[in-house]
Amino acid sequence: MKFGIVTFPGSNCDYDAHHAVTDALGAEAVYLWHKSHDLEGVDVVILPGGFSYGDYLRAGAIARFSPIMREVVAHARRGGPVIGICNGFQIACEAGLLPGALLRNAGLQFVSEPVRLRVENQDTMFTNRYSEGDLLRLPVAHGEGRYTADAETIERLEGEGRVAFRYVNAAGEVDPAANPNGSVNAIAGIVSAEGNVLGIMPHPERAVDPLLGSPDGLGIFQSMMAHVSA
Amino acid sequence: MSRFRVSVNISPRQGILDPQGKAVAEALHSLEFADVRDVRVGRFIVMQVDAADGATASQRVREMCDKLLANPVVEDYQIASVEES
Repeated sequence: MKFGIVTFPGSNCDYDAHHAVTDALGAEAVYLWHKSHDLEGVDVVILPGGFSYGDYLRAGAIARFSPIMREVVAHARRGGPVIGICNGFQIACEAGLLPGALLRNAGLQFVSEPVRLRVENQDTMFTNRYSEGDLLRLPVAHGEGRYTADAETIERLEGEGRVAFRYVNAAGEVDPAANPNGSVNAIAGIVSAEGNVLGIMPHPERAVDPLLGSPDGLGIFQSMMAHVSA
Repeated sequence: MSRFRVSVNISPRQGILDPQGKAVAEALHSLEFADVRDVRVGRFIVMQVDAADGATASQRVREMCDKLLANPVVEDYQIASVEES
């Protein structure tokens, strides 16, 4: 099983993702340069966090037109798994792989802190190793993470079980004080209609070992491995 | 073919929370500009475009807005001016 991690100019979590896949998960990973047109036969594409193209214009707006994105979109349209983390989530929305947009945090500040997430749906290729209601501790580090979409889209996401993760407090409850960016319905992660694209603002790749403060993010990588190997 | 200076305003769509605009409004209030009611912060882009006429230049910039310059999910745009340069 092979993961491909796209490196855009300004990506800064590509090495963390590589570490998570190779050292923590024990799978193979290759870096995919943004100017390449070759996915090198990878099973899963990771769009990593960072500040691609300096977040110029809008976060993810320019990266979405990088040469490799044509192949990434084609891979996703074929049903291939794609995970967009943080800036990768923003890029996936800009590319139309996921609905909605990520706007400036409601509190205006860049937030860099550990948050709690609740697993909302265990029946996705990204969450099959968790159970619904599991609480995860993952770091966030973003200035534009307020998930927004029109009311109809939100209703569809909720109705179809496509909200994978939600920000919650220590008791596991949705709480405005535990929502780091003001996302609608405390949404932290969603999957595409076909279920093969995940966008998540917090960083599972930075939480794959107790040494890093939390091993809770590893389950996402293990879930993808279980799905692809099945 | 002529060259046109086209400017476009891009702003957060009505109904979308604009925390930047809110913070600016609060700062203006604290500076005693109590008459300020609502502030929305957007982007202003100016470009030079080669086109046969102004209408074509304007149309091209609309296409650019739809594709890249604005995000139709959360932003509106308006061509502010088209001038032959």
